[in-house]
Amino acid sequence: MSAPNNNQRHTIAVLVDNEPGVLARVVGLFSGRGYNIESLTVAETKPEAGVSRITIVTSGTIQIIEQIKNQLRRLVPVHTVSDLTIEGPHVERELALVKVSGTAGRVESLRIADIFRARVVDSTNESFVFEIVGRPDKLEAFIKLMKPLGLVDVARTGVVAIARGPQAL
Amino acid sequence: MAYEEMTGAKILVQALIDQGITDVFGYPGGAILPVYDELFQQNQIRHVLVRQEGGAVHGAEGYARSTGKVGVVIVTSGPGSTNAVTGLADALMDSIPIVCFCGQVPTHLIGNDAFQECDTTGITRPCTKHNYLVKSTKDLARTIHEAFYVARSGRPGPVLIDLPKDVSLGLGPYIPPADVVHKTYQPRVEGDRALIEQAVAMMAEAKRPIFYCGGGVINSGPRASELLTQFVNMTGFPVTLTLMGLGAVPASHPQFLGMLGMHGTYEANLAMHGSDLIIAIGSRFDDRVTGRLNAFAPNAKKIHIDIDPSSINKNVLVDIGIVGDVTRVLEAMIEVWKARGYKADAAAIADWRRQIEEWKGRNCLAYRHSDEIIKPQHAIKRLYELTKHREDVFITTEVGQHQMWAAQFYGFEKPNHWMTSGGLGTMGYGLPAAMGVQLAHPDALVIDIAGEASIMMNIQEMSTINQYRLPVKVFILNNEYMGMVRQWQELLHGGRYSQSYMSSLPDFVKLADAFGAVGLRAEKPSELDDVIKEMISIDRTVIADIRVDKAENCFPMIPSGAAHNEMLLGPQDKAEQPISEEGMVLV
Ligand SMILES: Cc1cc2nc3c(=O)[nH]c(=O)nc-3n(C[C@H](O)[C@H](O)[C@H](O)COP(=O)(O)OP(=O)(O)OC[C@H]3O[C@@H](n4cnc5c(N)ncnc54)[C@H](O)[C@@H]3O)c2cc1C
Ligand SMILES: Cc1ncc(C[n+]2csc(CCOP(=O)(O)OP(=O)(O)O)c2C)c(N)n1
Ligand SMILES: [Mg+2]
Repeated sequence: MSAPNNNQRHTIAVLVDNEPGVLARVVGLFSGRGYNIESLTVAETKPEAGVSRITIVTSGTIQIIEQIKNQLRRLVPVHTVSDLTIEGPHVERELALVKVSGTAGRVESLRIADIFRARVVDSTNESFVFEIVGRPDKLEAFIKLMKPLGLVDVARTGVVAIARGPQAL
Repeated sequence: MAYEEMTGAKILVQALIDQGITDVFGYPGGAILPVYDELFQQNQIRHVLVRQEGGAVHGAEGYARSTGKVGVVIVTSGPGSTNAVTGLADALMDSIPIVCFCGQVPTHLIGNDAFQECDTTGITRPCTKHNYLVKSTKDLARTIHEAFYVARSGRPGPVLIDLPKDVSLGLGPYIPPADVVHKTYQPRVEGDRALIEQAVAMMAEAKRPIFYCGGGVINSGPRASELLTQFVNMTGFPVTLTLMGLGAVPASHPQFLGMLGMHGTYEANLAMHGSDLIIAIGSRFDDRVTGRLNAFAPNAKKIHIDIDPSSINKNVLVDIGIVGDVTRVLEAMIEVWKARGYKADAAAIADWRRQIEEWKGRNCLAYRHSDEIIKPQHAIKRLYELTKHREDVFITTEVGQHQMWAAQFYGFEKPNHWMTSGGLGTMGYGLPAAMGVQLAHPDALVIDIAGEASIMMNIQEMSTINQYRLPVKVFILNNEYMGMVRQWQELLHGGRYSQSYMSSLPDFVKLADAFGAVGLRAEKPSELDDVIKEMISIDRTVIADIRVDKAENCFPMIPSGAAHNEMLLGPQDKAEQPISEEGMVLV
């Protein structure tokens, strides 16, 4: 058997016991074994069961992605590992807060925000903070357009993702 | 049901008793004193006081590997836990079940750079299978039972519990093991039936098959070795073992080709290279075994049986990966082989074995005997000849050439009788490991085959061995060099022996005496047998200083970056095949 060598981007959802050190375990696994992390988000999603959900966007060859999932499954506090990219259609969202300063591009930035359905969540005489939600590429396109209009600061949440349809993880 | 309340220290001792633990290896200090106080007031658990915490972990490893039980270690905070790190990493690499308790500063001081504080769980996270920081005595009993479960289940490994002093002094409920079930960690042991059917069908078709088996067979328990031997007999296929798997089939078995890999036999490596089907069982395609990956067994289909899914398709892509415990999967495979009435392709297998016999004819382990100077290979050979009639011989090793010669020249007939540091390759492993083995098997003949450099790394454990009157035999192949390093420098670095010669070695005979042991020495081949016989007959600890040829190299050898069919069989081969640039960067 031989494997194709091209890198693929995968979005992986991991349910873990929300215990101290669990995030360090996951992050340490990626850094220790030289895997990529494009984005990582974590929050408790089933407080009654003490379970958190970690969403990781990573890239690698098929073989590496397989290793990543198997290595994650080896961690004792990990309940399930789902590769959303191959398990069927799913929705990916990210939120960004984007600050634009200066007076020159104000009108233009509002017009573009409107096209991207970004909301103004703070404004002063010489700045706006936009809130934008969408797939990472949409956020990137918006941020790129804001650059010449006085972009000074960006905060992004990282990707969260969930499978379409009635099934839960 | 109401659980009895007790102190954390008492919970720990009670949990050990309920886990069936009778021996622990440790070293006291401030943060772990409550536990030592509790150990003082009972007599069900024997505590072995080592001389350095590293010795405790290797001791527990030897104990665990030779008994199949979990090894237990107790150390204090800070330097106690950092000294244990090498042993934990060693146990992780070699899949040895260990539970290690570390004292920690009280919870309210954690993070304050308190006296003898270190971030033990942070430091040991990547070198344990799992670790815990227990913050409340009420969680302690559950955590301990869980730790034992995790250490021995699935792919075994070391688990660490960091125990703040206020937690061992505080009160909490004692929960017995039966009431603790792990929520999520349930490794798969039963192999997938359909895959097993496919694998067995593939085996029946094979023309040039080979079993390549490893430490996972030993991990799975003695029954796995029985089943493997049975399957080898039924199929007539040849079998090779990794360094970690030695003993999984008897070395005397006619289908056994010896160890494979970097210092494996010519026949084992060529059989791997020429095979059309590799059945890998509890072996992990380590780089010492595969050689250059893109030239590894180019025409073979591969079946891989392993309890850890991450071992499958990690280094080598396989055609059928079966996740499960070796014993269960072999049971199922043998059943299918019988039920379907499969027969190996007798004519093809006979041809294949004839080919292998031809390779065997190269006599790859041959060395030039001398009457003047003891050849290290000869020393191991004689040690084997003079001990092989005994059922109860356990061999441990340090790391280096002597380790490889032990693997090549000592024949292991049974599992669990060979203890070596394979994955991490830890010099200093062998002596404390032998101590652990001897504690578990007081009447056995336990021999540490050592190098004079390695033995210095944990020589302090001679004192522990003396204290517990353990009749461990230390058989030093003394070449005055870090032989394995010297060999690489000869082959790869133009013979520039940078820092691989140690002057001022101790007089090992006097050193033995200083530690209350008996020191012996052999300088000439004519003295060798007498020294070995005397060593065995003395009912005390012995250090035998065997002065061997300083220039001998370990062959066969697959140089770094080379393939199985590019072995060096002896010194004459090295000039012909310069080592590639890619090979130079490998270790
Ligand atoms: C100086 C030096 C030279 C070396 N040269 C060689 C050499 O020439 N040849 C050689 O072979 N090695 C050599 N080694 C050792 C090598 O580094 C590896 O440690 C060794 O090859 C690994 O053995 P293994 O594949 O059997 O795996 P192990 O490390 O023993 O791993 C066991 C595998 O079995 C699995 N497993 C565990 N329990 C079970 C179970 N119950 N059921 C199913 N699967 C299970 C595990 O998940 C794992 O994948 C050398 C080491 C040193 C220090
Ligand atoms: C703790 C540790 N440090 C360094 C090494 C690298 N190393 C591997 S073999 C070896 C030399 C071992 O010398 P000796 O014990 O005399 O054995 P010999 O090879 O001579 O038989 C060294 C330094 C190691 N394996 N472990
Ligand atoms: Mg030496």
